[in-house]
Amino acid sequence: MSLLLIVYWGFAGLAVVAAGMCITRRSPVASALWLIVTLFCLAVLFTLLDAPFIGVLQVLVYAGAIMVLFLFVIMLLNLGRAGAGDMKGLVGAGIAALLGVALLVQLRGLAQAAPPDAIQLPPGTVAALQQQQGVVGAIAAPLFETYLVPFEITSLLLLAAVVGAVVLAKRKL
Amino acid sequence: MLLGPSLAVSAVLFAIGTAGVLLRRNAIVIFMCIELMLNAVNLAFVAFAQQLGTNGQIIVFFVMAVAAAEAAVGLAIVLAVYRHKETVDLQHINLLKG
Repeated sequence: MSLLLIVYWGFAGLAVVAAGMCITRRSPVASALWLIVTLFCLAVLFTLLDAPFIGVLQVLVYAGAIMVLFLFVIMLLNLGRAGAGDMKGLVGAGIAALLGVALLVQLRGLAQAAPPDAIQLPPGTVAALQQQQGVVGAIAAPLFETYLVPFEITSLLLLAAVVGAVVLAKRKL
Repeated sequence: MLLGPSLAVSAVLFAIGTAGVLLRRNAIVIFMCIELMLNAVNLAFVAFAQQLGTNGQIIVFFVMAVAAAEAAVGLAIVLAVYRHKETVDLQHINLLKG
């Protein structure tokens, strides 16, 4: 087993364990911190999958910005100590576990999925492209050429989100 | 080479996120579980991008932007609801229940 696979499975296992802890901790703050562990592990997995720029974005945007927003709201609303009512009862937990396992069984086919050979690039193509254009350039070039219109629409979406968040959260306009 | 394992991990994380949404009552924790599901999908996108070109990574970029917008608006709604009802427990937020 190569070093790559050992590191990969180590962080993948940690991600899954932390995700499990995230949904079972009673305190919302503990849940948020375990989710941050999962997000960091996913950043490592992205880096191992030839996407270091996405890994950096994951840390900056998800672990950095979004989770801070979550923790801020949790502390603003003083929810740090959750009552016993946060978790559903035994029946609810059983249903949740059952549906989760059912979804997993359905998704099992995904693990064997492979794209048809006709559209597969030879191994190492993406890594070679990043060597040639740089890690950011390999994403930036198509982003600002092929995906320019979706990119601009994203800025509109973020503007709408900013305005919406202010309108919703403000006490009196 | 890592496509199969990545898709398996992605499926497991997505299932955990779904179970979390069904298990919890706290609106904020349910939001975090939805973020977990989005991240599971991102992992699948990145894994496919390794074999099919960088387009998958660009989709992940857009997913992150949508997730950020969703978190901002969603948490603002939670804040507004809390101000009205003094709780974020979804059991007590049942105004639309017939």
